[in-house]
This record gives sequence, C-alpha cells and structure tokens, in this order.
Amino acid sequence: MSPYTVPAIVAVTLATVAIGVYGLRFARTTSDFLVASRMVSPTWNAAAIGGEYLSAASFLGVAGLILKHGVDVLWYPVGFAAGYLALMLFVAAPLRRSGAFTLPDFCEARLRSRRLRKLATAFVVFIGWLYLVPQLQGAGLTLATVTGAPYYLGALLVGSVVTANVALGGMRSITFVQAFQYWLKLTALAVPVIFLVLHWQAAGRPEVASPAGVTFTAPTTVVVEHAATLTRADGSTVEVRPNDKLHFAAGDPVPRVSNVDYDDGLDWLLPGDASGDRGLFATYSLMLATFLGTMGLPHVLVRFYTNPDGAAARRTTLVVLCLVGMFYLFPTLYGVLGRIYTPQLLMTGRTDAVVLLLPSAALGGGTTGQMLGALVAAGAFAAFLSSSSGLLTSVAGVLSTDVLGRGSVRDFRVSSVLGGAVPVILALNVAGLDVSRVVGLAFAVAASSFCPLLVLGIWWRGLTDIGAAAGILAGGGAAAGAVLLTVFGVPMTGWTATLVQQPAAWTVPLAFAVMVAVSKATRRRVPTSVGATMLRLHAPDALRY
Amino acid sequence: MTSPTRVRVVLAHVRQRDRTRVDLAEQTGVGDALIRGLVRAQLALALRLALVVAVGLGGLPLLFAVAPAVGHVTIAGVNLPWVLLGVAPYPFLIVVGWVYVRLAERNEHDFTSVVQRPER
Repeated sequence: MSPYTVPAIVAVTLATVAIGVYGLRFARTTSDFLVASRMVSPTWNAAAIGGEYLSAASFLGVAGLILKHGVDVLWYPVGFAAGYLALMLFVAAPLRRSGAFTLPDFCEARLRSRRLRKLATAFVVFIGWLYLVPQLQGAGLTLATVTGAPYYLGALLVGSVVTANVALGGMRSITFVQAFQYWLKLTALAVPVIFLVLHWQAAGRPEVASPAGVTFTAPTTVVVEHAATLTRADGSTVEVRPNDKLHFAAGDPVPRVSNVDYDDGLDWLLPGDASGDRGLFATYSLMLATFLGTMGLPHVLVRFYTNPDGAAARRTTLVVLCLVGMFYLFPTLYGVLGRIYTPQLLMTGRTDAVVLLLPSAALGGGTTGQMLGALVAAGAFAAFLSSSSGLLTSVAGVLSTDVLGRGSVRDFRVSSVLGGAVPVILALNVAGLDVSRVVGLAFAVAASSFCPLLVLGIWWRGLTDIGAAAGILAGGGAAAGAVLLTVFGVPMTGWTATLVQQPAAWTVPLAFAVMVAVSKATRRRVPTSVGATMLRLHAPDALRY
Repeated sequence: MTSPTRVRVVLAHVRQRDRTRVDLAEQTGVGDALIRGLVRAQLALALRLALVVAVGLGGLPLLFAVAPAVGHVTIAGVNLPWVLLGVAPYPFLIVVGWVYVRLAERNEHDFTSVVQRPER
C-alpha cells in the first residue's frame, strides 16, 4: 500500500483530537451552543451539519453498493439528501423554536410526560447504536484494506479511540471541527475523481457495462478467504478453499462467487430487478425510510440548536441540502469506475472498499496514485470519526441524563464507555452486511418512531402522550424487530424477506395510524398547554414568543 | 419639525400592537384563530411541496417499471435512469427547498404584519 496512507490517517485523527481538545475550552455545556450560535454563520453551521451527517455509509458504502447493484441503489444517496428536505418542510423551524435540545426534550416540552421521555430515550439509544455499527464496520474495513490488519482489530481500535475521545470530552460537537471534516471529505472524493475520469478518458473510455459481463482490466491475483464455488463464464464450476491464490490475466471475465450477490450487464445498468413487484416495494420502502428517517436521527437534531432562530434553521437546512447534494454526485462515479478497475471486489464481496482501492488500482503505484489513495483514506477516517463522535456524544448524552444518572461529567464518561462498547461488540458480529444497508435500517427505525412523533407533535394539537407512546411502540417496535431479524441474519425468502429487510413501507403508516387513533381515544389527555406550545413553535421569530 | 401629535400616534401604535400580542399569548378567540391560520397555511405549503417531491421522485420507479424502454434512452452516452437518479434529484430538491424557504418566510411576514398592524 501507499507509504502516505498511514501518515495521512494519523494526521487526520490527531488534527481532529487536537482541535477537539482545544475547542473544549470554549464548548463545555449546552449553553455554549447558544453562544456559538451567535458567532457561527449559516454556511459554517451547514458545513458542520454536513460534516457530521456524511458518515462511512455515504463515503464508502454508497459507492460499494453501486459497484454491486448499479442504478437501483442510487436511491440511497437520493434518499439521504431528500431527508433534509422533509426535515426542512416539517420540522426545522418549529423544532428550533421549541428550544428542545434532544428528542426526549421535545417529548417533555410538547407532551409533558416523563414516561414518554424515557421511551424516546430508549429509541435514541437504539438508533444511535444501530447507526454506530456501520461506522465501526467502515473503520475496520478501512484499516484492513490499508494496513492488512484483521477486520476486528480496526473496529476495536477505532471504537476505543472514539469512545476515549468522547469520554474525555474531546470532539464535542464543535462546529469548526465538523465543518472542516465536511470539506475534507468532499475534497477527498472530488480531487481523485478528476484524475480517475481523465485516466478513463485517456484509456479510450472502456465500456462500463458490457453485455459480456465484468472483465479484469489488469492482471490480478485474488486470495480466497472463505470456501466457495466459482462459476466461470463458460459455465464450468470450481471449488476454492481459503488461501488459494487465483491468477487472472487482463481481459479474463470475472467468475461468479457463490456467496457474493451482485448484478451484471443490463441488470446492473437498468432499473428494476428480477423480483419485480417485490423490487418495486423495496424501492418505495427505502424511499420512505430515508426521506422520513433523517429528521429522527439523534445527532442530526442536536445540531439544529446551534441556529439562532427558526428562520435561520430553515436557511441552514437549505445550505445543508446544497452541500450534501454536491457530495453525493461523487460516490456514483467511484462505483461505476470500480466496475472497470477493481472488479476483484465482486469476487471478495468487499465492495465497500472500492473508494479506497480505486485510485491506486486505476492510476497505478506511481506517486499520483499513492497520494490520491492516501487522501481518500484520510477522508474515510474523517467520515467515521466525525459521525461516530457525534452519534456517541448524543447517545452518551441521553444515557447520562435519563438512564444512568443526572448528567454530571462523571455520568457522561461512564455513559460514553457503555455507549461505545455495545456497538463495537455488534460491529464484530455483522461484518457480512453492507455498510449502507445497516444505515438504511437505522433510518427505517427513525422514520417509524420519531418522524410521526415530530410531525404530529408539531402540526396536530390532538396528539396525546399515550397516543405518541403507542405509535412509537407499534411502528418503531415493529421496525426495530425487523432490523434485529435482518442484522442477526435470520434466513428468509420471498415476500417475508422483503417486508422484513425493508420494513418502512408498512411500519411508518402503522406508527402514524396508531398515534392518531390512540390520541383520539385518549382526547382528555391533550395537555392544557398545547395552545401556548403551538404559539411558541409557529409564531415568527420576530414576535419572540 | 416634530409635533406632539406624532408622539401620540406612536403610543397608540404600540398599545394596539400589544393588544394583538396579548390576544395571541392568552389564546383569546382572536389570537387562537390567528395562530391556527398560520399553522394551517404553513402546513398546507409544506404538504404541497412534499407532494411535488412525492410525484417528481416517487414517480420514477413506477415510470421505469411501466416503460422499461426509458432505460435505453441515452444522454451523452449515459443511460437516462443514471441521469434521473444520479444527478437530477439534487438540483430538484434544492429548488423545492428554496421555494419553500421563500414562501414560508412570506407566510410569516404576512402574519407578523397582521399582528403588528397599527390599526385594526
């Protein structure tokens, strides 16, 4: 691997920790967000939100999914961006005016219920953990790809670094660090892609999806990790065992490996898949989860508090939409070019590594390829450092105030260690799942629990605490159950598999329906303060209610 | 030259404005109707734009399923679905967001001018 990679990763990590520790002097308490809000412009704030949001799933996972499945998975980045539009339309300004700092705070402010607060806390922790798992997966994968260390070592190491950092107070959600991370991530994808596209042009634009299937562009050696059956282009099969070395010459077709699922030829190039109706259902379910899930992610919500008022929150969201949209133009190109330059990933199944491997694979082992490879690795590290720190801070925050203690610094430290340990253990057990798929599941749970709570809480006076709790338990509980079945790999086929693996299309309507029905049945429990709350949420900022 | 009359007008202005503010804060009939109107206007706006996105983006999978031929159309050598999903949604979302910010701020401005209107 490139000699620049490890120094680049170390530099990003040290810079992040150092800026965090330095910034700690300025940002110790919640009220510091308010202080910061007066000094931070919407553009900086938006870059910070983007920096925290663009995680390993966006940086590594999206390109990996596109490499495998082609045009159908472009819905992931579209949904990740569209989620901010939904957030802007229904939540941003009123939520900022509510003064709520976390989702449990919002529950208590709007519905005056401590018990609902506890329930919301449980879901914040669950979603946070679920979202942390793929970050650590990405970390393990990156270290394994870059240094050849075993997967578990990377996940463990990065999990510990982030946990220690959050527990010791570094890397609080400091606007400057997160904004820096956004621009670093964007640069780390955008600069290499210019070289890659130029190289592809110079090579006479090799075809991305030839009907003959994927072929090797350069002589490649693949080392087998798990026993599998290879199916060659002519239909013959070969059994391979771990540590077998397979040699391929340039122009050889890539054989199919029995335990790696990917699309080929027109399936990859064109929308729709063999499963027909189920594919369509899965697409709509994914859209619903990502469009509506963003507003329920714990680390996204906290950041809106740094806006000075509701109108600023709206404008900031618009800038976030621009920044995030700009970022998502690039992973697609990596996934597409990966078909040409890193086809061996379709054999190993480690498609999430395509962003990391592509620069050196396409541009060769020269200085340019090595430097760009190091830049991409640094960007990947920025991605999971920023996202996982933000997530762990949110999770530890609610754990320390609502579960373990009363929010003292000591409680916060204990909570960070506990909050960090669980996802590390989970990450060690789900290595086989695609990074972006796990993140998609976290979105499904958020969309089925907090989205109805926020939307109905902000726009409908009739919501009651019991109605909200019932809706969260029904929709969020169903989605969480489906997610656990998927993550722990319970075997399923046909419609059952589709309904469980992409649950949002039935869990989100379920949550809304239960929330409305139960609230109507418990009408007496509508808080007397609802009129005043609505006034505060919706009256323009200039009137200052 | 400033005259005493001008001072009186300003005082009347403030008092009148305060009355509407008190109406709002104390949830009197007038205040309640005002805020309900604003919430309804903002919700209608948000739902309308959400519908635009639901049709604009939500229609695509259906389009691809109903008319698979769309997939074979190419623009500058790129198949149309890749353009429609890989590039086009982002400017589309940004334009919808921009329209929303403008119209939502206009609704709030209208509301504020009703509340702060010197005379009723």
